[in-house]
Amino acid sequence: MSGAGLAGSEELLAEQDVQQGSGRQLLQRFLKHRLALTSLIVLLLLMIVCFGADWVAPYPQGQQDLLLGPTPPSAEHLLGTDELGRDFLSEILYAGRISLAIGLFVALLSTLVGTTLGALAGYLGGWVGELLMRITDLFLIVPAIALLAVIVQGLGPSPVTIVFALTALGWTYIARVVRAQVLSLREKDFIDAARGIGASNLRIIIAHLLPNLAGVLAVGMSLAVASAIIAESTLSFLGFGVQSPQTSWGSMLSQAAGYVGTPQVYLLYFPGLFILVTVLAVNFIGDGLRDALDPQGKHL
Amino acid sequence: MFTFIIRRVLYSIPVILVASFVLFWAVRSTFDPLAKLRQAQDPTAVAREIERLGLDRSILEQYFLWLRSFVTGDWGTSSRTGSPVLQLIGEALWPTIQLAFWGLLVAVIVAGLVSVYSAVRRYSLGDNLLTGAAYLGIAMPAFWFGLILIQTFAVWPKQQFGLAEPPLYFIGLHSPGQDGFDLDYIRHLVLPVAALMIALVATWSRFGRAAMLDAMSSDYVRTARAKGVPRRQIIWRHAVRNSLAPFVTVVALDAAVLIGGLVVTEQIFAIPGMGRLFLDSLVAGDVFVLLPWMIVVAIAVVICNLLADIGYALLDPRVRLR
Amino acid sequence: MSTDILLEVEHLSIAFPTATGLARTVEDVSFMLREGETLGIVGESGSGKSMTAMAIMGILPSTAVVTGSIRFRGRELVGLSDDELRDVRGRQIAIVFQDALTALNPVMTVGDQLIEAVRVHRPDLSVEQRRARAIELLTLVGIPSPEQRMARYPHEFSGGMRQRVMIGMSIANEPDLLIADEPTTALDVTVQAQILDVLREVQARTGTTVMLITHDLGVVAGTADRVLVMYAGGVVESAPVEPLFYETAHPYTAGLLASLPRLDRRSRDERLFQIPGQPPVSTAWPPGCRFAPRCRYAVAGRCDVAVPPAVEVGDRHVAACVRVGEWQVEAR
Repeated sequence: MSGAGLAGSEELLAEQDVQQGSGRQLLQRFLKHRLALTSLIVLLLLMIVCFGADWVAPYPQGQQDLLLGPTPPSAEHLLGTDELGRDFLSEILYAGRISLAIGLFVALLSTLVGTTLGALAGYLGGWVGELLMRITDLFLIVPAIALLAVIVQGLGPSPVTIVFALTALGWTYIARVVRAQVLSLREKDFIDAARGIGASNLRIIIAHLLPNLAGVLAVGMSLAVASAIIAESTLSFLGFGVQSPQTSWGSMLSQAAGYVGTPQVYLLYFPGLFILVTVLAVNFIGDGLRDALDPQGKHL
Repeated sequence: MFTFIIRRVLYSIPVILVASFVLFWAVRSTFDPLAKLRQAQDPTAVAREIERLGLDRSILEQYFLWLRSFVTGDWGTSSRTGSPVLQLIGEALWPTIQLAFWGLLVAVIVAGLVSVYSAVRRYSLGDNLLTGAAYLGIAMPAFWFGLILIQTFAVWPKQQFGLAEPPLYFIGLHSPGQDGFDLDYIRHLVLPVAALMIALVATWSRFGRAAMLDAMSSDYVRTARAKGVPRRQIIWRHAVRNSLAPFVTVVALDAAVLIGGLVVTEQIFAIPGMGRLFLDSLVAGDVFVLLPWMIVVAIAVVICNLLADIGYALLDPRVRLR
Repeated sequence: MSTDILLEVEHLSIAFPTATGLARTVEDVSFMLREGETLGIVGESGSGKSMTAMAIMGILPSTAVVTGSIRFRGRELVGLSDDELRDVRGRQIAIVFQDALTALNPVMTVGDQLIEAVRVHRPDLSVEQRRARAIELLTLVGIPSPEQRMARYPHEFSGGMRQRVMIGMSIANEPDLLIADEPTTALDVTVQAQILDVLREVQARTGTTVMLITHDLGVVAGTADRVLVMYAGGVVESAPVEPLFYETAHPYTAGLLASLPRLDRRSRDERLFQIPGQPPVSTAWPPGCRFAPRCRYAVAGRCDVAVPPAVEVGDRHVAACVRVGEWQVEAR
């Protein structure tokens, strides 16, 4: 775009306000993004209460009170009780442990796998890169939900197999993104300079490429968490995810589906709200990260 | 243009073949096609099946055996229902195609309008509301949204106002005994289509908005303004026209995502389509249905990608020369 | 050439609010344009020359703060609404942009874009008449086989051809004023000359007044009657073309001239002259003469106190320098 387009003036001015992306400035910019900041706090709170459910939950997990049965929210039971008289809030917190853990693990693992493969493909280039792209294309063609369900069902549903299955599908997005980034970085002068002073390929990858990938990875990882949580809840809802006695938000919703039209419909709202809030928070954090790393970028 | 299409079609064929092999291998590895037979404890029947399916041979040979019968239309019999797989899938395809068609149509139109509106009235209250709605749409599980829709728009009004029938139906695509395109059909379609399209509209409208904003700050729009072209024409003839190509690409590529949404939506709204077929077959370990099902879906996705490429070439003349 | 004043710009200032303060891109610019003449506006990137042109057409971004007056045929343009300006744009005043590849709509045929230029201002013409006019325009700017070319897309043309299309599009409604914003910058040198020829021909044929904006003094030398030199948002010198080159009155103009590579210079070992330093950031202009920090003749206490007013140094020749007359002595 020429220097004097409709918005070109803003670009002209932005060029003059040169902003380097140092770590400190990154943090500052992220913190300025109030939504992302609030979301981070919310997410941390959620993680604390869920992973610390043993201490935080008002009632122990699975404690039934069959005489009580399902009751709407009250002073003793903030979110009410389910059909077996269990305190719903406590159940949600315990279930959140699994949901969040799966989400985080999947994001972490798929980022690791995706980054490794993507960086290799991008840096080595040639047929290795092409092959990787074809493989990721394949994953795009095969219907994700079907493959996931097949893998989990075939291996036996459990949180571990769920993490495995979700990672097996989730790495492709990160790999593509990382490869694209590495391809563009590879052409830059500082890589040539490093090679010029004799740095080995491995050293170049670790010391030079990876730090520059941090931005893309941060955003990609947050997206991965969000999609993993929703995928797990969908799988569990369909019955191919977490099985009892373990619960996740998705499996709770699967049971709550039957309460549509009854006074106990709140059993449907609450776990879903937890998912909604979690994913929203993660998405906002991802946005904040993206803004912090690329303030002049296109705002989606 | 014609050669472009031919080339893309030819390119798709090996892709489907490789995909089918991978799926074949994945399914055969995780499921035993003879599970049910073994339960019946009929060793001769088991031996016969092993022979027929080539289970004692290498996976590659098994694949080609299977491929031959698949291509000739012999898709075997469902181990769950006993009906021919070809028939099962054929019957299941029609409801799914309907749901997918309406879902896509409505989603594209709504996403398109929202994109244009959000971009033209950037940062207005409407834009902010729509942005918020988009964020919500992306953040909630589609099945949960579907259930909430049922509760809010079907069950609750019926209970609250003491109606004989809910205003919008949520079971299947037609009331018993009814058929064809009528009000009953529409009342059945509204909720599942809404559930299906929410995530799609949310993603597409964010993308479309960005594409429109890009277009509107471009040099050619500046030229059009300098020519004296009225604002309305600039928006539609220049900005929208240029945003169509990337928008259509995103839409077509999300087809794979649509499949996932279909499975869940059909489950909730009890629509007897491909999604339901898949779930029922999976739970029963009915490998004979699963594999052809996946191939059919993979072919559908490849066709969608093909249409995306062709659509893009039609909409963006710069691509055609390649 | 009549002496009617076509365009009068008085105390034009353009500023943009940014996160880091008010960015001023044009400050207190005044000049006038007579009918039929060719005015060259010269300056480096960021000098505000393009901004001035866009302000005349009213196509600045909506965040721009514009003060001052722009009168076209006596009619005030500043403050007019979009609707009111649409009558002016493309009909009375037209503009040719720098990079035709991005300035033309990539998904519309060249013919459609030409027809659009006609249709917007002549809805009375029939479809065939508009098409005929479009073909006529292509012929005017020297594009061969115009009927076939109508159905082609911009990316199917070479750079020079594209620029001709842009010129053709701009003269579709025979504007009184044609602004050419760096029309040759994106082109090869040989093509540059062709484009300038096209502009000259168009002007000769239609009597249009031309405002040619460029950073290239060489372009201005062969084409303009009068030249405006802009620096950091202001006009530093304004003169007919010969006095500008031979009786330069402002150190910046002298610097520009000196940095032109020349074949007729004394020694080939001589380094290319370069004005040291950078133009000031638009949010942080120095007090006084904005060129002073880079000027080798700047004197503390005189040049950095206030913005130098325009001083007359000859027939229609003004320069904004407090040391006019003095610095030329030092230069020898």
